[in-house]
Amino acid sequence: MIIQAKNQAIEAHNLTVIYNKKPVLWNIDFTLPLGEITGIMGPNGAGKSTLIKAILGLVALDSGYARVFDKKLDEVRDKVAYIPQRQSIDWDFPATVRDVVTMGRFQSKGLFKRMGNEDRRIIDEALSQVGMSSYAGRQISQLSGGQQQRVFLARALAQQAELYLLDEPFAGVDASTEQSIMDLLVRMKRAGKTVVVVHHDLQTARHYFDWLVLLNTSLVASGPSEQVFTDELLRSTYSGKLTVLSRVGDQLRDRNFPVRENGK
Amino acid sequence: MSFQVNDWWILLTTCAVSLCCVIPGTFLVLRRMAMYGDAISHAVLPGLVAAYLISGTKAGPGLLAGAASSGLLVTILIEFLQKKVKVQHDAAIGLVYTFLFAVGVIMVSQFAGMADIDQDCVLFGEIAFVPFDLIAGIPRQLLISTGLLLLLLLALWAGYRGLYLSTFDPGFAAAIGIQVIAWHYLLMAMVSLSTVIAFESVGAVLVIAFLVGPPATAALFSKRLPGMFLLGSLFAIVSSVAGYFLAMALDANVGGCVSLVIGVVFGISVLIRKYLFRE
Repeated sequence: MIIQAKNQAIEAHNLTVIYNKKPVLWNIDFTLPLGEITGIMGPNGAGKSTLIKAILGLVALDSGYARVFDKKLDEVRDKVAYIPQRQSIDWDFPATVRDVVTMGRFQSKGLFKRMGNEDRRIIDEALSQVGMSSYAGRQISQLSGGQQQRVFLARALAQQAELYLLDEPFAGVDASTEQSIMDLLVRMKRAGKTVVVVHHDLQTARHYFDWLVLLNTSLVASGPSEQVFTDELLRSTYSGKLTVLSRVGDQLRDRNFPVRENGK
Repeated sequence: MSFQVNDWWILLTTCAVSLCCVIPGTFLVLRRMAMYGDAISHAVLPGLVAAYLISGTKAGPGLLAGAASSGLLVTILIEFLQKKVKVQHDAAIGLVYTFLFAVGVIMVSQFAGMADIDQDCVLFGEIAFVPFDLIAGIPRQLLISTGLLLLLLLALWAGYRGLYLSTFDPGFAAAIGIQVIAWHYLLMAMVSLSTVIAFESVGAVLVIAFLVGPPATAALFSKRLPGMFLLGSLFAIVSSVAGYFLAMALDANVGGCVSLVIGVVFGISVLIRKYLFRE
Protein backbone atom coordinates (compact mmCIF):
# COMPACT_ATOMS: atom_id res chain seq x y z
CA MET A 1 0.00 0.00 0.00
CA ILE A 2 1.64 3.23 -1.14
CA ILE A 3 -0.18 6.47 -0.44
CA GLN A 4 1.17 9.75 -1.82
CA ALA A 5 1.53 12.70 0.54
CA LYS A 6 -0.38 15.86 -0.31
CA ASN A 7 2.30 18.39 0.68
CA GLN A 8 5.61 16.75 -0.07
CA ALA A 9 8.87 17.30 1.77
CA ILE A 10 10.68 14.43 0.07
CA GLU A 11 9.95 12.53 -3.11
CA ALA A 12 11.91 9.52 -4.25
CA HIS A 13 11.63 7.88 -7.64
CA ASN A 14 12.93 4.40 -8.47
CA LEU A 15 15.77 4.68 -5.95
CA THR A 16 18.01 1.66 -6.36
CA VAL A 17 21.29 1.05 -4.55
CA ILE A 18 23.39 -2.03 -5.19
CA TYR A 19 26.46 -3.12 -3.17
CA ASN A 20 28.60 -5.92 -4.55
CA LYS A 21 25.88 -7.00 -6.96
CA LYS A 22 23.34 -7.31 -4.14
CA PRO A 23 20.47 -4.85 -4.02
CA VAL A 24 20.25 -2.90 -0.77
CA LEU A 25 17.42 -0.69 -1.99
CA TRP A 26 15.26 -1.77 -4.87
CA ASN A 27 13.11 0.60 -6.86
CA ILE A 28 11.88 2.77 -3.98
CA ASP A 29 9.21 5.22 -5.04
CA PHE A 30 7.42 7.31 -2.42
CA THR A 31 6.58 10.75 -1.10
CA LEU A 32 6.84 11.95 2.49
CA PRO A 33 4.63 14.65 3.99
CA LEU A 34 5.74 18.15 4.95
CA GLY A 35 5.58 19.14 8.60
CA GLU A 36 4.98 15.64 9.97
CA ILE A 37 7.02 13.03 11.79
CA THR A 38 7.73 10.05 9.57
CA GLY A 39 9.10 6.72 10.79
CA ILE A 40 11.11 4.44 8.54
CA MET A 41 10.81 0.86 9.77
CA GLY A 42 11.96 -2.54 8.69
CA PRO A 43 14.07 -5.49 9.81
CA ASN A 44 17.88 -5.39 10.13
CA GLY A 45 19.54 -5.04 6.76
CA ALA A 46 16.36 -3.72 5.18
CA GLY A 47 18.21 -0.65 3.89
CA LYS A 48 16.74 1.93 6.29
CA SER A 49 19.98 3.84 6.84
CA THR A 50 20.89 3.49 3.19
CA LEU A 51 17.56 5.04 2.26
CA ILE A 52 18.37 8.16 4.29
CA LYS A 53 21.87 8.28 2.84
CA ALA A 54 20.46 7.88 -0.65
CA ILE A 55 18.15 10.86 -0.11
CA LEU A 56 21.15 12.88 1.12
CA GLY A 57 23.32 11.81 -1.80
CA LEU A 58 25.83 10.07 0.50
CA VAL A 59 25.74 6.79 -1.42
CA ALA A 60 25.99 6.30 -5.16
CA LEU A 61 22.60 5.55 -6.71
CA ASP A 62 22.36 2.83 -9.32
CA SER A 63 19.18 4.36 -10.59
CA GLY A 64 16.48 6.83 -9.65
CA TYR A 65 16.60 10.19 -7.91
CA ALA A 66 15.27 12.02 -4.87
CA ARG A 67 14.09 15.59 -4.47
CA VAL A 68 13.75 17.61 -1.28
CA PHE A 69 11.26 20.47 -1.02
CA ASP A 70 10.69 19.99 -4.76
CA LYS A 71 14.32 20.93 -5.48
CA LYS A 72 17.60 19.16 -6.07
CA LEU A 73 19.30 18.46 -2.75
CA ASP A 74 22.28 20.70 -3.56
CA GLU A 75 19.96 23.69 -3.79
CA VAL A 76 18.46 23.11 -0.33
CA ARG A 77 21.36 21.55 1.59
CA ASP A 78 21.35 24.31 4.20
CA LYS A 79 17.73 23.40 5.03
CA VAL A 80 18.54 19.76 5.73
CA ALA A 81 20.04 18.41 8.97
CA TYR A 82 21.39 14.87 9.14
CA ILE A 83 21.94 13.02 12.40
CA PRO A 84 24.06 9.94 11.69
CA GLN A 85 24.02 6.86 13.88
CA ARG A 86 25.73 7.63 17.16
CA GLN A 87 28.07 4.66 16.71
CA SER A 88 29.32 5.94 13.36
CA ILE A 89 31.86 8.29 14.95
CA ASP A 90 34.75 8.01 17.41
CA TRP A 91 33.61 9.52 20.72
CA ASP A 92 37.20 9.56 22.03
CA PHE A 93 37.87 12.46 19.68
CA PRO A 94 39.38 15.51 21.43
CA ALA A 95 36.33 17.76 21.32
CA THR A 96 33.95 19.21 23.88
CA VAL A 97 30.16 19.13 23.75
CA ARG A 98 30.21 22.74 22.64
CA ASP A 99 32.74 21.99 19.87
CA VAL A 100 30.40 19.40 18.39
CA VAL A 101 27.34 21.65 18.52
CA THR A 102 29.39 24.44 16.93
CA MET A 103 29.85 22.20 13.88
CA GLY A 104 26.15 22.72 13.23
CA ARG A 105 27.03 26.31 12.30
CA PHE A 106 29.63 25.26 9.69
CA GLN A 107 28.54 25.55 6.11
CA SER A 108 30.37 24.10 3.16
CA LYS A 109 30.64 27.49 1.47
CA GLY A 110 31.54 29.41 4.62
CA LEU A 111 34.27 27.21 6.04
CA PHE A 112 36.42 30.25 6.77
CA LYS A 113 33.69 32.43 8.26
CA ARG A 114 34.17 33.40 11.87
CA MET A 115 31.54 32.52 14.45
CA GLY A 116 29.54 35.62 15.35
CA ASN A 117 27.38 36.51 18.33
CA GLU A 118 24.31 35.24 16.52
CA ASP A 119 26.00 31.85 16.02
CA ARG A 120 26.89 31.71 19.70
CA ARG A 121 23.33 32.50 20.71
CA ILE A 122 21.99 29.73 18.45
CA ILE A 123 24.51 27.25 19.90
CA ASP A 124 23.56 28.19 23.49
CA GLU A 125 19.89 27.78 22.66
CA ALA A 126 20.43 24.40 21.01
CA LEU A 127 22.34 23.19 24.07
CA SER A 128 19.59 24.31 26.42
CA GLN A 129 16.85 22.76 24.26
CA VAL A 130 18.38 19.33 24.75
CA GLY A 131 19.22 20.01 28.40
CA MET A 132 23.01 19.87 27.90
CA SER A 133 23.95 23.46 28.81
CA SER A 134 25.73 22.44 31.97
CA TYR A 135 27.79 19.88 30.03
CA ALA A 136 29.02 22.33 27.37
CA GLY A 137 32.67 22.17 28.44
CA ARG A 138 32.81 18.44 28.97
CA GLN A 139 34.81 16.19 26.69
CA ILE A 140 32.55 14.01 24.58
CA SER A 141 34.25 10.79 25.65
CA GLN A 142 32.79 11.31 29.11
CA LEU A 143 29.15 11.26 28.03
CA SER A 144 26.60 8.49 28.35
CA GLY A 145 24.91 7.13 25.25
CA GLY A 146 21.82 9.23 25.85
CA GLN A 147 23.89 12.37 26.32
CA GLN A 148 25.82 11.65 23.11
CA GLN A 149 22.53 11.42 21.26
CA ARG A 150 21.41 14.76 22.75
CA VAL A 151 24.64 16.38 21.58
CA PHE A 152 24.01 15.13 18.04
CA LEU A 153 20.49 16.48 18.24
CA ALA A 154 21.74 19.86 19.47
CA ARG A 155 24.16 20.02 16.54
CA ALA A 156 21.25 19.45 14.18
CA LEU A 157 19.16 22.11 15.97
CA ALA A 158 22.03 24.56 15.57
CA GLN A 159 21.76 24.04 11.81
CA GLN A 160 18.28 25.62 11.96
CA ALA A 161 17.12 23.37 9.16
CA GLU A 162 13.61 22.65 7.88
CA LEU A 163 14.07 18.91 7.40
CA TYR A 164 15.69 16.63 10.00
CA LEU A 165 16.80 13.10 9.12
CA LEU A 166 17.64 10.99 12.17
CA ASP A 167 19.28 7.57 11.89
CA GLU A 168 18.30 5.35 14.86
CA PRO A 169 18.23 8.15 17.47
CA PHE A 170 16.76 5.83 20.10
CA ALA A 171 19.30 3.02 19.76
CA GLY A 172 21.04 2.39 23.09
CA VAL A 173 19.57 5.37 24.98
CA ASP A 174 17.69 5.19 28.28
CA ALA A 175 13.92 5.53 28.47
CA SER A 176 13.92 9.09 29.84
CA THR A 177 16.23 10.31 27.07
CA GLU A 178 14.05 8.59 24.50
CA GLN A 179 11.02 10.40 25.90
CA SER A 180 12.74 13.79 25.98
CA ILE A 181 14.03 13.37 22.42
CA MET A 182 10.53 12.44 21.30
CA ASP A 183 9.06 15.50 23.07
CA LEU A 184 11.59 17.66 21.28
CA LEU A 185 10.69 16.13 17.89
CA VAL A 186 7.02 16.89 18.56
CA ARG A 187 7.91 20.49 19.44
CA MET A 188 9.90 20.75 16.21
CA LYS A 189 6.91 19.45 14.28
CA ARG A 190 4.68 22.09 15.91
CA ALA A 191 7.20 24.67 14.73
CA GLY A 192 6.57 23.45 11.18
CA LYS A 193 9.66 21.26 10.75
CA THR A 194 9.65 17.95 8.91
CA VAL A 195 11.19 15.04 10.80
CA VAL A 196 12.17 11.63 9.42
CA VAL A 197 13.31 8.96 11.88
CA VAL A 198 14.81 5.53 11.24
CA HIS A 199 13.36 3.38 13.99
CA HIS A 200 13.21 -0.28 14.88
CA ASP A 201 10.89 -0.63 17.86
CA LEU A 202 7.43 -1.73 16.72
CA GLN A 203 5.90 -1.16 20.17
CA THR A 204 6.33 2.59 20.08
CA ALA A 205 6.10 3.21 16.36
CA ARG A 206 2.40 3.84 16.14
CA HIS A 207 2.41 6.47 18.90
CA TYR A 208 5.52 8.22 17.66
CA PHE A 209 4.86 8.68 13.97
CA ASP A 210 2.24 10.40 11.85
CA TRP A 211 3.46 8.68 8.72
CA LEU A 212 5.10 5.29 8.33
CA VAL A 213 7.36 3.81 5.71
CA LEU A 214 7.76 0.03 5.81
CA LEU A 215 10.87 -1.14 4.07
CA ASN A 216 12.52 -4.42 3.27
CA THR A 217 14.92 -3.69 0.43
CA SER A 218 11.89 -2.81 -1.63
CA LEU A 219 9.08 -0.61 -0.38
CA VAL A 220 6.28 -2.48 1.38
CA ALA A 221 4.12 0.45 2.42
CA SER A 222 4.12 4.22 2.83
CA GLY A 223 1.22 6.16 4.27
CA PRO A 224 -0.48 7.54 7.40
CA SER A 225 0.40 5.40 10.43
CA GLU A 226 -3.14 4.28 11.19
CA GLN A 227 -3.52 2.87 7.68
CA VAL A 228 -0.05 1.34 7.39
CA PHE A 229 0.29 -0.14 10.87
CA THR A 230 -1.64 -3.33 10.15
CA ASP A 231 -0.78 -6.90 11.01
CA GLU A 232 -0.73 -7.88 7.39
CA LEU A 233 1.68 -5.16 6.23
CA LEU A 234 3.96 -5.61 9.23
CA ARG A 235 4.11 -9.34 8.65
CA SER A 236 5.06 -8.88 5.03
CA THR A 237 7.75 -6.37 6.05
CA TYR A 238 9.35 -8.44 8.75
CA SER A 239 9.20 -11.77 6.95
CA GLY A 240 9.87 -10.48 3.49
CA LYS A 241 11.72 -13.47 2.21
CA LEU A 242 9.04 -15.87 3.38
CA THR A 243 6.44 -13.71 1.68
CA VAL A 244 8.22 -13.86 -1.66
CA LEU A 245 8.52 -17.64 -1.39
CA SER A 246 4.91 -18.08 -0.36
CA ARG A 247 3.86 -15.82 -3.21
CA VAL A 248 5.75 -18.01 -5.63
CA GLY A 249 4.00 -20.98 -4.05
CA ASP A 250 0.65 -19.25 -4.42
CA GLN A 251 1.28 -18.56 -8.08
CA LEU A 252 2.33 -22.11 -8.75
CA ARG A 253 -0.84 -23.32 -7.15
CA ASP A 254 -3.17 -20.72 -8.66
CA ARG A 255 -1.98 -21.06 -12.22
CA ASN A 256 -1.32 -24.73 -11.90
CA PHE A 257 2.25 -24.36 -13.17
CA PRO A 258 3.80 -27.72 -13.79
CA VAL A 259 7.10 -27.95 -11.91
CA ARG A 260 9.64 -29.65 -14.11
CA GLU A 261 12.96 -29.00 -15.80
CA ASN A 262 13.88 -28.05 -19.36
CA GLY A 263 10.23 -27.55 -20.16
CA LYS A 264 9.73 -31.22 -20.90
CA MET B 1 81.58 17.70 25.00
CA SER B 2 81.11 21.23 23.67
CA PHE B 3 78.06 22.63 21.98
CA GLN B 4 78.95 24.40 18.74
CA VAL B 5 77.23 26.13 15.85
CA ASN B 6 76.90 22.84 14.00
CA ASP B 7 75.09 21.31 16.94
CA TRP B 8 72.62 24.17 16.94
CA TRP B 9 71.95 23.65 13.23
CA ILE B 10 71.30 19.96 13.72
CA LEU B 11 69.11 20.54 16.75
CA LEU B 12 67.04 23.25 15.07
CA THR B 13 66.60 21.10 11.97
CA THR B 14 65.47 18.14 14.03
CA CYS B 15 62.91 20.32 15.82
CA ALA B 16 61.60 21.79 12.56
CA VAL B 17 61.31 18.33 11.01
CA SER B 18 59.46 16.91 13.98
CA LEU B 19 57.09 19.89 14.09
CA CYS B 20 56.32 19.40 10.39
CA CYS B 21 55.30 15.85 11.20
CA VAL B 22 52.96 16.83 14.06
CA ILE B 23 50.51 18.68 11.80
CA PRO B 24 49.47 15.87 9.41
CA GLY B 25 50.33 13.24 12.03
CA THR B 26 47.62 14.52 14.39
CA PHE B 27 44.96 13.98 11.74
CA LEU B 28 46.38 10.58 10.80
CA VAL B 29 46.14 9.42 14.43
CA LEU B 30 42.59 10.76 14.81
CA ARG B 31 41.52 9.09 11.56
CA ARG B 32 43.13 5.82 12.63
CA MET B 33 45.20 5.95 9.47
CA ALA B 34 48.68 5.87 10.99
CA MET B 35 49.75 3.15 8.58
CA TYR B 36 49.17 5.56 5.70
CA GLY B 37 52.10 7.51 7.12
CA ASP B 38 54.24 4.39 6.98
CA ALA B 39 53.08 3.65 3.44
CA ILE B 40 53.70 7.15 2.14
CA SER B 41 57.07 7.46 3.84
CA HIS B 42 58.32 4.44 1.90
CA ALA B 43 56.50 5.18 -1.32
CA VAL B 44 58.02 8.63 -1.78
CA LEU B 45 61.40 7.05 -2.51
CA PRO B 46 61.00 6.52 -6.28
CA GLY B 47 59.69 10.06 -6.71
CA LEU B 48 62.57 11.37 -4.66
CA VAL B 49 65.19 9.52 -6.70
CA ALA B 50 63.57 10.42 -10.01
CA ALA B 51 63.42 14.10 -9.12
CA TYR B 52 67.01 13.97 -7.93
CA LEU B 53 68.22 12.36 -11.13
CA ILE B 54 66.35 14.89 -13.26
CA SER B 55 67.29 18.02 -11.36
CA GLY B 56 70.69 16.83 -10.18
CA THR B 57 70.40 18.52 -6.80
CA LYS B 58 68.92 17.63 -3.46
CA ALA B 59 67.49 21.10 -3.03
CA GLY B 60 64.52 22.81 -4.51
CA PRO B 61 60.87 22.50 -5.25
CA GLY B 62 61.41 19.80 -7.89
CA LEU B 63 62.29 17.30 -5.21
CA LEU B 64 59.25 18.18 -3.12
CA ALA B 65 56.99 17.97 -6.16
CA GLY B 66 58.41 14.57 -7.15
CA ALA B 67 57.95 13.17 -3.67
CA ALA B 68 54.51 14.67 -3.19
CA SER B 69 53.31 13.20 -6.47
CA SER B 70 54.50 9.72 -5.56
CA GLY B 71 52.81 10.20 -2.17
CA LEU B 72 49.55 10.95 -3.93
CA LEU B 73 50.13 8.07 -6.34
CA VAL B 74 50.27 5.60 -3.45
CA THR B 75 47.00 7.01 -2.05
CA ILE B 76 45.25 6.74 -5.40
CA LEU B 77 46.57 3.21 -6.00
CA ILE B 78 45.40 2.07 -2.55
CA GLU B 79 41.91 3.49 -3.14
CA PHE B 80 41.81 1.89 -6.59
CA LEU B 81 42.79 -1.57 -5.34
CA GLN B 82 40.30 -1.30 -2.51
CA LYS B 83 37.28 0.01 -4.40
CA LYS B 84 37.66 -1.39 -7.91
CA VAL B 85 39.66 -4.57 -7.44
CA LYS B 86 38.08 -5.26 -4.01
CA VAL B 87 41.36 -5.98 -2.27
CA GLN B 88 41.20 -5.79 1.53
CA HIS B 89 42.24 -2.39 2.88
CA ASP B 90 45.39 -3.39 4.80
CA ALA B 91 46.45 -5.78 2.04
CA ALA B 92 46.12 -2.96 -0.49
CA ILE B 93 48.37 -0.71 1.62
CA GLY B 94 50.94 -3.49 2.06
CA LEU B 95 51.02 -4.31 -1.66
CA VAL B 96 51.29 -0.78 -2.95
CA TYR B 97 53.92 0.76 -0.71
CA THR B 98 56.34 -2.16 -0.70
CA PHE B 99 56.13 -2.22 -4.50
CA LEU B 100 56.93 1.49 -4.82
CA PHE B 101 59.67 1.28 -2.20
CA ALA B 102 61.21 -1.63 -4.08
CA VAL B 103 61.21 0.41 -7.29
CA GLY B 104 62.97 3.16 -5.34
CA VAL B 105 65.57 0.82 -3.88
CA ILE B 106 66.41 -0.58 -7.32
CA MET B 107 66.69 2.93 -8.72
CA VAL B 108 69.07 3.86 -5.91
CA SER B 109 71.31 0.83 -6.47
CA GLN B 110 71.29 1.32 -10.27
CA PHE B 111 72.19 4.99 -10.13
CA ALA B 112 74.23 4.98 -6.96
CA GLY B 113 77.36 5.96 -8.89
CA MET B 114 75.72 9.03 -10.40
CA ALA B 115 73.87 10.26 -7.39
CA ASP B 116 74.99 11.07 -3.93
CA ILE B 117 72.52 8.75 -2.18
CA ASP B 118 72.91 5.21 -0.97
CA GLN B 119 70.75 2.57 0.66
CA ASP B 120 71.94 3.34 4.18
CA CYS B 121 70.88 6.93 3.94
CA VAL B 122 67.51 5.84 2.49
CA LEU B 123 66.82 3.55 5.42
CA PHE B 124 68.26 5.55 8.27
CA GLY B 125 68.88 9.08 7.03
CA GLU B 126 71.69 11.15 8.42
CA ILE B 127 70.86 14.41 10.05
CA ALA B 128 74.42 14.81 11.28
CA PHE B 129 75.43 15.84 7.74
CA VAL B 130 73.04 18.80 7.84
CA PRO B 131 75.75 21.45 8.55
CA PHE B 132 77.81 20.41 5.52
CA ASP B 133 75.19 21.54 3.02
CA LEU B 134 74.84 25.28 3.44
CA ILE B 135 72.99 27.95 1.50
CA ALA B 136 74.12 31.47 2.47
CA GLY B 137 75.56 30.09 5.68
CA ILE B 138 72.39 28.31 6.75
CA PRO B 139 71.86 24.56 6.29
CA ARG B 140 69.68 23.75 3.28
CA GLN B 141 67.68 21.21 5.29
CA LEU B 142 66.83 23.77 7.94
CA LEU B 143 65.66 26.28 5.33
CA ILE B 144 63.49 23.72 3.56
CA SER B 145 61.96 22.29 6.73
CA THR B 146 61.22 25.74 8.15
CA GLY B 147 59.63 26.77 4.86
CA LEU B 148 57.55 23.62 4.81
CA LEU B 149 56.51 24.19 8.41
CA LEU B 150 55.18 27.62 7.47
CA LEU B 151 53.38 26.12 4.48
CA LEU B 152 51.79 23.41 6.62
CA LEU B 153 50.72 25.95 9.23
CA LEU B 154 49.09 27.98 6.48
CA ALA B 155 47.29 24.87 5.17
CA LEU B 156 46.16 24.04 8.70
CA TRP B 157 44.88 27.54 9.31
CA ALA B 158 43.04 27.75 6.00
CA GLY B 159 41.71 24.21 6.00
CA TYR B 160 41.09 23.75 9.71
CA ARG B 161 37.32 23.29 9.64
CA GLY B 162 37.34 21.13 6.54
CA LEU B 163 40.02 18.80 7.93
CA TYR B 164 38.42 18.84 11.39
CA LEU B 165 34.89 18.02 10.28
CA SER B 166 35.82 15.44 7.64
CA THR B 167 37.96 13.71 10.28
CA PHE B 168 35.42 13.81 13.11
CA ASP B 169 32.23 12.97 11.25
CA PRO B 170 32.62 12.34 7.51
CA GLY B 171 28.92 11.46 7.10
CA PHE B 172 27.77 14.74 8.57
CA ALA B 173 30.46 16.63 6.64
CA ALA B 174 29.31 15.13 3.34
CA ALA B 175 25.68 15.88 4.21
CA ILE B 176 26.38 19.60 4.53
CA GLY B 177 28.19 19.52 1.20
CA ILE B 178 31.84 19.28 2.21
CA GLN B 179 34.02 17.42 -0.31
CA VAL B 180 35.34 14.78 2.08
CA ILE B 181 37.50 13.11 -0.60
CA ALA B 182 39.19 16.38 -1.54
CA TRP B 183 40.16 16.99 2.10
CA HIS B 184 41.46 13.43 2.29
CA TYR B 185 43.79 14.12 -0.62
CA LEU B 186 44.90 17.44 0.86
CA LEU B 187 45.86 15.61 4.04
CA MET B 188 47.73 12.97 2.05
CA ALA B 189 49.63 15.72 0.23
CA MET B 190 50.56 17.22 3.61
CA VAL B 191 51.73 13.81 4.83
CA SER B 192 53.81 13.35 1.66
CA LEU B 193 55.55 16.70 2.01
CA SER B 194 56.43 16.35 5.67
CA THR B 195 57.53 12.79 5.03
CA VAL B 196 59.99 13.89 2.34
CA ILE B 197 61.56 16.34 4.74
CA ALA B 198 61.76 13.83 7.56
CA PHE B 199 62.95 11.13 5.16
CA GLU B 200 66.21 12.86 4.39
CA SER B 201 66.90 13.48 8.05
CA VAL B 202 65.83 10.26 9.72
CA GLY B 203 65.20 7.78 6.91
CA ALA B 204 62.15 5.82 5.82
CA VAL B 205 61.85 3.65 8.90
CA LEU B 206 61.77 6.30 11.60
CA VAL B 207 59.50 8.78 9.84
CA ILE B 208 56.51 6.96 11.23
CA ALA B 209 57.70 7.56 14.81
CA PHE B 210 57.83 11.29 14.12
CA LEU B 211 54.39 11.27 12.48
CA VAL B 212 52.56 9.15 15.02
CA GLY B 213 54.46 9.38 18.32
CA PRO B 214 53.94 12.98 19.51
CA PRO B 215 50.27 13.16 18.37
CA ALA B 216 49.45 9.79 19.93
CA THR B 217 51.05 10.95 23.20
CA ALA B 218 49.16 14.25 23.04
CA ALA B 219 45.88 12.40 22.44
CA LEU B 220 46.21 10.85 25.90
CA PHE B 221 45.79 14.23 27.59
CA SER B 222 43.92 16.44 25.13
CA LYS B 223 40.39 17.61 25.62
CA ARG B 224 40.21 19.66 22.45
CA LEU B 225 41.89 19.55 19.04
CA PRO B 226 43.88 22.83 19.33
CA GLY B 227 45.30 21.53 22.62
CA MET B 228 46.30 18.30 20.91
CA PHE B 229 48.32 20.26 18.33
CA LEU B 230 50.08 22.34 21.00
CA LEU B 231 50.81 19.39 23.24
CA GLY B 232 51.96 17.29 20.28
CA SER B 233 54.34 20.10 19.28
CA LEU B 234 55.67 20.30 22.82
CA PHE B 235 56.33 16.54 22.91
CA ALA B 236 58.00 16.77 19.49
CA ILE B 237 60.40 19.48 20.66
CA VAL B 238 61.15 17.79 23.99
CA SER B 239 61.86 14.50 22.21
CA SER B 240 64.06 16.22 19.62
CA VAL B 241 66.17 18.00 22.22
CA ALA B 242 66.46 15.04 24.58
CA GLY B 243 67.12 12.70 21.65
CA TYR B 244 69.83 14.95 20.33
CA PHE B 245 71.69 15.06 23.64
CA LEU B 246 71.32 11.31 23.99
CA ALA B 247 72.85 10.93 20.52
CA MET B 248 75.76 13.16 21.49
CA ALA B 249 76.33 11.22 24.71
CA LEU B 250 76.20 7.85 22.99
CA ASP B 251 77.75 9.06 19.74
CA ALA B 252 74.80 7.41 18.00
CA ASN B 253 72.43 8.13 15.09
CA VAL B 254 70.34 11.22 15.91
CA GLY B 255 67.10 10.04 14.25
CA GLY B 256 67.29 6.76 16.13
CA CYS B 257 67.80 8.49 19.47
CA VAL B 258 64.95 10.93 18.91
CA SER B 259 62.62 8.07 17.96
CA LEU B 260 63.72 6.19 21.06
CA VAL B 261 62.88 9.20 23.24
CA ILE B 262 59.51 9.58 21.47
CA GLY B 263 58.72 6.00 22.45
CA VAL B 264 59.88 6.51 26.05
CA VAL B 265 57.84 9.73 26.38
CA PHE B 266 54.80 7.85 25.13
CA GLY B 267 55.35 5.04 27.60
CA ILE B 268 55.78 7.43 30.55
CA SER B 269 52.66 9.30 29.44
CA VAL B 270 50.60 6.13 29.41
CA LEU B 271 51.69 5.44 32.99
CA ILE B 272 51.04 9.04 34.11
CA ARG B 273 47.59 8.95 32.61
CA LYS B 274 46.84 5.62 34.18
CA TYR B 275 47.94 6.46 37.71
CA LEU B 276 47.65 10.24 38.03
CA PHE B 277 44.73 11.17 35.81
CA ARG B 278 42.46 8.39 36.97
CA GLU B 279 38.88 9.48 37.45
